[in-house]
Amino acid sequence: MQAATSHSIAYQGEFSDPVRGAQSVFRAVMDATARPGSIHQLADLCTPPAPLTASAAAIIATLADAETPVWLDSALARSEAVRDWIVFHTGAPVTVHQDEASFALVAAPQSLAALNGFSLGTQEYPDRSTTLILQVSDLTKGAALVLEGPGVNGTASIAPSPMPLHFAAQWRDNRAGFPRGVDLILAGPGCVAALPRTTRLAQREA
Amino acid sequence: MTALADMTDTGKLATYNFAYLDEQTKRMIRRAILKGIAIPGYQVPFASREMPMPYGWGTGGVQVTAAIIGPDDVLKVIDQGADDTTNAVSIRAFFAKTAGVETTTATAEASIIQTRHRIPEMPLTEGQVLVYQVPIPEPLRFLEPRETETRKMHALEEYGLMHVKLYEDIARNGHIATTYAYPVKVEGRYVMDPSPTPKFDNPKMHRSEALQLFGAGREKRIYAIPPHTEVVSLDFEDHPFEVQHFDQPCALCGGEQVYLDEVVLDDRGGRMFVCSDTDHCENRCAAGHRGELAGDDLFDGKDKGVETEAST
Ligand SMILES: [Zn+2]
Repeated sequence: MQAATSHSIAYQGEFSDPVRGAQSVFRAVMDATARPGSIHQLADLCTPPAPLTASAAAIIATLADAETPVWLDSALARSEAVRDWIVFHTGAPVTVHQDEASFALVAAPQSLAALNGFSLGTQEYPDRSTTLILQVSDLTKGAALVLEGPGVNGTASIAPSPMPLHFAAQWRDNRAGFPRGVDLILAGPGCVAALPRTTRLAQREA
Repeated sequence: MTALADMTDTGKLATYNFAYLDEQTKRMIRRAILKGIAIPGYQVPFASREMPMPYGWGTGGVQVTAAIIGPDDVLKVIDQGADDTTNAVSIRAFFAKTAGVETTTATAEASIIQTRHRIPEMPLTEGQVLVYQVPIPEPLRFLEPRETETRKMHALEEYGLMHVKLYEDIARNGHIATTYAYPVKVEGRYVMDPSPTPKFDNPKMHRSEALQLFGAGREKRIYAIPPHTEVVSLDFEDHPFEVQHFDQPCALCGGEQVYLDEVVLDDRGGRMFVCSDTDHCENRCAAGHRGELAGDDLFDGKDKGVETEAST
């Protein structure tokens, strides 16, 4: 019975209109990436099995396919239903190797200890890197990050939560390897923001 | 051409995909666009598709537009600053037909502007996307034809040859002779080809409010400049970068500090200089600005709006 339930969940919960849903979610992710710190509503969502969230599911359904291996953190990998849902709706292979992943789905960002375990691309092909989709519960009520860099007019601010352990130090290391590095998509409830590798965290005043 | 003509002439919307491309192709292009934005000025390889129009018609730009456009977008297409060339009209018709989007010639009303060879004179605003059609994306191509080598040069930030080439220009001509596709450095890292826009437009790329996306169809490259990003034209301390200057204002609207095209008026050597950005020129004329030839009998209609309004 368990398997039957899992499978019936896997076949449901896609965009109600896949073409339109993917376009609107992509535009939100594109605008978020072009303007780090800006928060964009997702007009179309998916209804995946927990602990995959509606926002993260919409984003992975928009971007992943058979050409893009997806890595799942342990909270997601434990769920057979989540794995089935991703495979059924995107065709993407699920990989256990972080450095082979085009996308990484992370349900528990606070447990993410090392961004540099993912693919950072190469100096000649920095685009061959992992894009992490972090499921966050909030984009405005966590610890404030002050952002600078391309796409930001002066400074911008965002306060996602939860975020990876020692995030400021990890992000500084990621920035230092430019043009290599990972990019982050922050999937909040019904909304999205992004931190591309170019974004710098401004020094907070003590 | 033929396929495009067929498509825009017959009303068979149901038989092809929204914005023409299939979803898998759009997804692949969308991923490349996100990487391009994350690595400003870096050329992301993508699997360019055949489009129902020749390469010279901007298939790279068309594919980028097709991957981002949605039913709520308003699309403007310009070719050398004009909305009314065959190329611009056909691409507009293509998306009106395949995506059902509203189109416009007004820069301020457009959410997406696809362009060949110009950046509009009116400053672009937040939320607008400028999509460039790019024939040759590699600024180092004329110095080093091998892609494996140019890729290494970008990886090592080895741009000395480019400076040598520009400096040879100075030695030969006394100034940098390059006037189109004048190379820029993006955010202090990648040297980038701005597409064959006049160097007059280079300063408009710097810290633009709009997102700028570049698509090269034949060469299979996508690259990007996010808003508020530093874009600096390469130059030398003793030969700083300069844009073109025009001796007279636009003959129709009197506009200055705009890019002008030369228009031949007759076979006796008569000519005038007018705004290359037709929307900008129309707006100025509508606002009452007049150049010295506005309404002149010699002029027979680059811009109908001007002709009917102008009085002598
Ligand atoms: Zn004018």
